[in-house]
Amino acid sequence: MTIDLTQFHDAFFEESFEALDSMEAALLKLDIGAPEPELINTIFRVAHSIKGGSATFGFSDIASFTHSLETLLDELRSGGMQVSLAISDLLLKSVDVMRAMLRSTQAKQPLDMQKVSDLQFDLELTIAQKNSAPPKIAPVAVLAPAAPAVAAAPAAAAAPLAAPVTGASATSAAANAAPTAANPGPRGWEISFRPYRELFARGNDPLRMMRELAELGELTVHVDTSALPSFADLDSQSCYLAWKLELSGEAREEDIKQVFEWAEGDCDLELRQLGAPASISAAPANAQASDVTGTTPASDAAVADAILSGKPNAAAATETPTSNTVPGPDSEQSSPAPAVTPPSVAGVPAPVAHGGRSAPVGGASPAREPTLTAVKENKPDSPVAAIGDSGSIRVSVEKIDELMNTVGELVITQAMLSQLGSALEGPNAEKLRAGLAQLERNTRELQESVMRVRMLPISFVFSRFPRMVRDIAQRLGKQIDLKLTGEQTELDKTVLEKIGDPLVHLVRNSIDHGIEMPEARIAAGKPAAGTVHLDACHRGGNIAVEVSDDGGGLDKERILAKARQRGLVGQNDVLTDDQIHDLIFLPGFSTAEKTTDLSGRGVGMDVVRRNVKELGGKIELRSESGQGSRFIITLPLTLAIVDGQSVAVGSETYIIPLISIVESMRLKETAISRLSGHNEVFSFRGDYLPIIRLHELFGVEPRARALHEGLVVIAEGDGRRVGLFVDDLLGQQQVVIKSLEANYGHVEGVSGATILGDGSVALILDVTGIIHAASMRAAA
Amino acid sequence: MSTNAVKPEQAGAGSHQVLTFVLGNETYGVDILRVQEIRGWSAVTKIPHAPSHVLGVLNLRGSIVPIVDLRMRFALDRAEYTAITVIIVVSVHSAAGRRDFGVVVDGVSDVVDVNTAEVKPAPELGSRAATDYIRGLVSVSDRMVVLLDIDRLIATDMASFSGNLNQGETSLVASAA
Repeated sequence: MTIDLTQFHDAFFEESFEALDSMEAALLKLDIGAPEPELINTIFRVAHSIKGGSATFGFSDIASFTHSLETLLDELRSGGMQVSLAISDLLLKSVDVMRAMLRSTQAKQPLDMQKVSDLQFDLELTIAQKNSAPPKIAPVAVLAPAAPAVAAAPAAAAAPLAAPVTGASATSAAANAAPTAANPGPRGWEISFRPYRELFARGNDPLRMMRELAELGELTVHVDTSALPSFADLDSQSCYLAWKLELSGEAREEDIKQVFEWAEGDCDLELRQLGAPASISAAPANAQASDVTGTTPASDAAVADAILSGKPNAAAATETPTSNTVPGPDSEQSSPAPAVTPPSVAGVPAPVAHGGRSAPVGGASPAREPTLTAVKENKPDSPVAAIGDSGSIRVSVEKIDELMNTVGELVITQAMLSQLGSALEGPNAEKLRAGLAQLERNTRELQESVMRVRMLPISFVFSRFPRMVRDIAQRLGKQIDLKLTGEQTELDKTVLEKIGDPLVHLVRNSIDHGIEMPEARIAAGKPAAGTVHLDACHRGGNIAVEVSDDGGGLDKERILAKARQRGLVGQNDVLTDDQIHDLIFLPGFSTAEKTTDLSGRGVGMDVVRRNVKELGGKIELRSESGQGSRFIITLPLTLAIVDGQSVAVGSETYIIPLISIVESMRLKETAISRLSGHNEVFSFRGDYLPIIRLHELFGVEPRARALHEGLVVIAEGDGRRVGLFVDDLLGQQQVVIKSLEANYGHVEGVSGATILGDGSVALILDVTGIIHAASMRAAA
Repeated sequence: MSTNAVKPEQAGAGSHQVLTFVLGNETYGVDILRVQEIRGWSAVTKIPHAPSHVLGVLNLRGSIVPIVDLRMRFALDRAEYTAITVIIVVSVHSAAGRRDFGVVVDGVSDVVDVNTAEVKPAPELGSRAATDYIRGLVSVSDRMVVLLDIDRLIATDMASFSGNLNQGETSLVASAA
């Protein structure tokens, strides 16, 4: 069996991007200090499923990165580490990186792996420092998120990304001045660009400026995030970042100034020729910037002068640029650039006026909104973004449900109109009827289309397994035969989408924990190759998906020991097998000695159960030591569509799912016998089957009481066959299953309800439940 | 809506709007915010093993809604279902979440403003269960209106629906809290 996995890539990418969005949302909601465990779990699950998916499809880079991320998250989840601002920023940065990785993988384009491995290193460093240091590695890792994201833009154009992530450059702008002075290097410019907060509001975009600068020469970007306020104080419309740019090459000062032309008055800008000791102060710097220029005492004083004189005279200075604002010594020392001309200086005093307002900038701390801005800006430019449009759109299931309900109403209205129309007389009646007939066809088609939207064969989920099983088996040195059956079983899309991940977990678990190594298997008298069997079928009005293996089964002793050790079970409590099996579904429960990237974190089973529960289903586990284990996921039919046989009992109409019907027949009186008085049985192909009278079970007044007057529907449920006695067969149709439990409750023998063409409600029978109920009655 | 009509949220804290309906000789009221829809009688589909006052289920714009006959629920004489018999669809809040129910009544009368201060508690009549779902009595235009606590009324029913007493008790506790 060869399956082209690429057909599922799109789904994986779509799902992953969605998952990242939710991870980001959860991260942003996360309270530092008092994080909600559920949020952490959500974040963890995203990382886990992306890891699983990327491993399945062979995207090893992503899998490796997410593994590190997951390890960190696991620490947070288990309480081994506290969520600090640093970590939350690190995680957010990871989201960006994962997005970038996914996007470039999707576009099949290379990605700058340096960035990825840097971040992965940070993640692992954080984990490693868990015990040795308090989570105050903050300055390094924390301030960084803003840096790479912003830096990504110019990097795309020219410069490598590596520099800005280093702690020193991020922590203090002052620190940048020294290395610059010490590294004369090629001729070039050092630009200190400190925008005021209002920068964005005036339509300026630092990213664009840097992109333009990058065209003038090789650009290295350092970002100063020291002004970032705490997240709570952050105003997304304000610019808190400052940059230290190094532009190498023979760029002319005018060209550089032109780049910043529109930002004039909204920033403190300082140009300094590399190799030259002093700076050209294009704008009087604020107090913090003066640190940067502190290399020369003279300029220090000059700047201080400028500030002192500039502030009170702001208004006057605007009109007449004086030597106060551009101190003499500076202009002289910047001789190679005589272009510090009055026109460009003329605009300068304005920033001084802003200086007062921008003062608080210095007193703030980190945040990420600027990062987002920068990243978003980056997106449209990315060549990757345009690719991967497969011509499909994802629509929320609620919208489809809504559509389906509306169409259902339409069908009913149409049926009503047809009824009215058929009784009409008159010259236009015929035309009306023709129109109504057309309406009927159209509504039917519409209804079928909407229904088709929802239904997909389970092979969509199953077909991702062969590759995955092969890869895992290879890695673990195990031999696995994968058997798939019931692939054509159609599932509601909601169910299908949500059943994928749980199945991946179960199959991984089966291979990793269940199937033994070939030697062990041979020693146990089993074939060297283990079998993992995936099966899907409609069963008793439900959909049953089964994952079974012929491995070693669950080690009950070990599970119990682990549970005792973790205090989940009292030392002397005696548990039944089922109770022990239930333990493995607890969050964080794992008996694995060490964590692999396959399993052992104890995340799988609780996610599996959770997903199944969300669908209103249940998961059962049957395991026998040495024989293997079977996970049976039973999902209700809610939202699914079923082919049904309508039967009449008295005045009521019931739907029996076709899948459970063997055949229907009229019995001859002679074929019926009675066991011990009133249990009726009949002979069917050599077997004696019990007869269940639906009218008795449901308390309905029937039209026929004598068995030979009605019909017997031979139905199968839970491996047993019975004859259901009904008045008549009405017809077969596809019905939409509606929940009876949403507003009412469970009714034994009924799996749901549906709405018939005339708008009335018919109950859908659950054959397994009926057999159960009937045997209870017989026993009573 | 006329300018005189008071929207529930605009009405003073001590007052709310109530939909009143007739059942035999009595007038009952339910919080109008709980009323989803009022519709005419149409034939229902019976549910096996349901309590006798649960007539069956109806299709309400795609969802399956149980219908309760309040006359039978309150052990009044049965009335014939005619073209003017009315079903009030109400939403019930319980521990299990929101559920929609239809209640069959003789007829809908009016929407009235009820001042909470004027609501009198129902007199104790021996059996607590009988008055459990009555939130109080109020006089509107010299007629006594029995205000129903629809959550409790249905929660009591829940116990009998599912045949699961534990579940019923939980929802009782939840609605009492």
